[in-house]
Amino acid sequence: MTQELLYWQALNRALDAEMAADESVFILGEDVGLYGGSYRVTEGLYAKYGEARVRDTPISENSFTGLGVGAALVGMRPVVEIMTINFAMLALDSIVNGAAKIPFMSGGQFPMPLVIRVPGGIARQLAAQHAQRLESMFMNVPGLRVAVPATPQDAYWQLRQAIASDEPVVLLEHEVLYFTKGPVDPMAEPPPIHQAAIRRSGKDLTLIGYSRSALQVQEAAVELAKEGIEAEAIDLRSLNPIDWQTLIDSVNKTHRALIVEEDCRHAGAGAEIAASLAERCFFSLDAPVQRVAGLDLPTPYNGALEAASIPRVADIVAAARALIGAKEKAAA
Amino acid sequence: MEREMMHRLLRDMLLSRVFEERAAEEYQKGNIVGFLHLYPGEEAVAAGVINAAGPADYIVSTYREHAHALVRGVPARAVMAELFGRATGMSGGMGGSMHMFDRQRRFMGGYGIVGETYPIAIGIGYAVMLRALPETVICFFGDGAVPQGTFHESLNMAALWRLPVLFVCENNHYAIGTEIHRHSAVPEVYKRAAAYNIPAEKVDGMDVLKVYAATRHALDRIRRAGGPQFLEFETYRYRGHSMADPGAYRPPVEVKAFQAIDPLTVGARAIEFRYPTAAELAEVGPDNIGRLTEHMISAGHLEEAEIAQLRKDVEAEVEDAVQFSLASPQPTMDDAWRHLHCNRHHEQLLTA
Ligand SMILES: Cc1ncc(C[n+]2csc(CCOP(=O)(O)OP(=O)(O)O)c2C)c(N)n1
Ligand SMILES: [Mg+2]
Repeated sequence: MTQELLYWQALNRALDAEMAADESVFILGEDVGLYGGSYRVTEGLYAKYGEARVRDTPISENSFTGLGVGAALVGMRPVVEIMTINFAMLALDSIVNGAAKIPFMSGGQFPMPLVIRVPGGIARQLAAQHAQRLESMFMNVPGLRVAVPATPQDAYWQLRQAIASDEPVVLLEHEVLYFTKGPVDPMAEPPPIHQAAIRRSGKDLTLIGYSRSALQVQEAAVELAKEGIEAEAIDLRSLNPIDWQTLIDSVNKTHRALIVEEDCRHAGAGAEIAASLAERCFFSLDAPVQRVAGLDLPTPYNGALEAASIPRVADIVAAARALIGAKEKAAA
Repeated sequence: MEREMMHRLLRDMLLSRVFEERAAEEYQKGNIVGFLHLYPGEEAVAAGVINAAGPADYIVSTYREHAHALVRGVPARAVMAELFGRATGMSGGMGGSMHMFDRQRRFMGGYGIVGETYPIAIGIGYAVMLRALPETVICFFGDGAVPQGTFHESLNMAALWRLPVLFVCENNHYAIGTEIHRHSAVPEVYKRAAAYNIPAEKVDGMDVLKVYAATRHALDRIRRAGGPQFLEFETYRYRGHSMADPGAYRPPVEVKAFQAIDPLTVGARAIEFRYPTAAELAEVGPDNIGRLTEHMISAGHLEEAEIAQLRKDVEAEVEDAVQFSLASPQPTMDDAWRHLHCNRHHEQLLTA
């Protein structure tokens, strides 16, 4: 039965469903229990499942994430919440050297059914150490899956799929999406966790986004339609692996692509996608693949500067127009 | 202790309290945005510790550092303007509440990552040791930062290499919503230092005179004997963890009990604070600043009229800081790039 839920509620329901169904699922993180989670995602679960399965940890990111790795080795399904992605920097050893490597370096002896949930992105004036995206850092690690839900429906299903998966999954949740609302159907058969979704189809150009920027490209597509430009809006949903087939099919149809990422431009998701599309679609492209991205700048505290450091819908619309213009020039 | 220092402690605590309560108001008005962690209740620690330090000592602080900056002598204007994100702020509007820096005053930053102050402090300490200077480093951290790995790693190195670092734990019993008994197997923080042979002491952090004396002592020992020292100050924050947190997880009796030993009650009694309310403050008995104030009065160092004047001065200073901030320019994107590339010496990689 479909319900309207906030993004955080969808995550909460997903955790509840998995914990009820499987005793090996447990949660740990800072203030996830008694306090109910910084973004309310674990609200109510402490009362329902008790402190051993919803564990409030000390501020010891590397070791409690590593605890998750150890528990996963022996068949538990831990869901580690790292309060924000900024603090995941302290747990990189457990994530990169541990979770991502053990299945491989044990010659496939050990599955790694570990989920690491991390809120991140630019919220509102949280300043340089609390306003980072950093997804490219995780994308670059073989052995990790990186899921980036943009809607409550995807948040619900991708979290459930992540918990059920035997691979380590980093679920990147955007802080400004927690209080967005959308339908969640807990019965609908979900697409695979990594499959991209075409949110709007069009023939003139392909707009590619993920997480918050997946919503922005849809808004931009609506704006562009008013000018007679039919943009195809794709929500990647996963950054590792990337659903190349959906992107290639779209670009072969539209002949131009624009990637939108909130993360810094340098060596980001957009760079990976642009390079791969250039390799695979060179002869069907009418113009170089373009990027709209965050500035290569630590996030300034000042509100106006912060806003100017990340993509806005108007920037996407302008870049799309320029890309169409480039095509028309080429045809003339 | 000399009269002058007592006056200074009283003034610093009062300024810190009035400043923070005003910051809360400005946050509600939308002039300050983002995370704002306030200090009311803990003033005796900043005032006692930092006043015991000399101008050549370094301060490394956390995200709850406005009062540390004020006590260190940073003008209220520069602290408030940073909260407002203005170009005239301590960090040019780039850092905000959690990232205040003042190179000249050796205020080496407010850091937002819990447990980040230790390695930075021992690094500064290492440099001081190499240069054989009579300087020390004061490293602030909360009770919640003690379980972080960097605590153990850094204390070990500080002891091993006899670094001139004073570790100062502001133990307010909470890491956001998690009470210390739920985050630490050994809740007596000072005992943890024993694992690294660092002399440590637990001190009543609601009593500014004790804080000051203990810090003087510890800094003397560092300068005389070398090697780190460790102080745990027991204190309490009256507000939630940040403006985003009402602090609802704390039993009201506990909040009340600590308000009863408010380091500021007497000095501040006529001021309208939103939290705790004037009525609540009136209810509680004599407290630490109360004790300080009474001590000063009975020793002939302070008159009732002086308290009133002090209060007026401090309020005027904070009001001036707000007006200054409102009138200050916003930083530009050019400023932002300049700060990022401040060490690049105009290097050009791409010619347009
Ligand atoms: C590495 C890291 N993990 C988590 C956080 C989120 N966080 C900010 S403050 C805080 C509690 C810290 O408590 P404590 O050290 O006692 O300082 P207090 O806030 O009480 O002054 C937490 C969990 C963080 N900033 N950095
Ligand atoms: Mg604390």
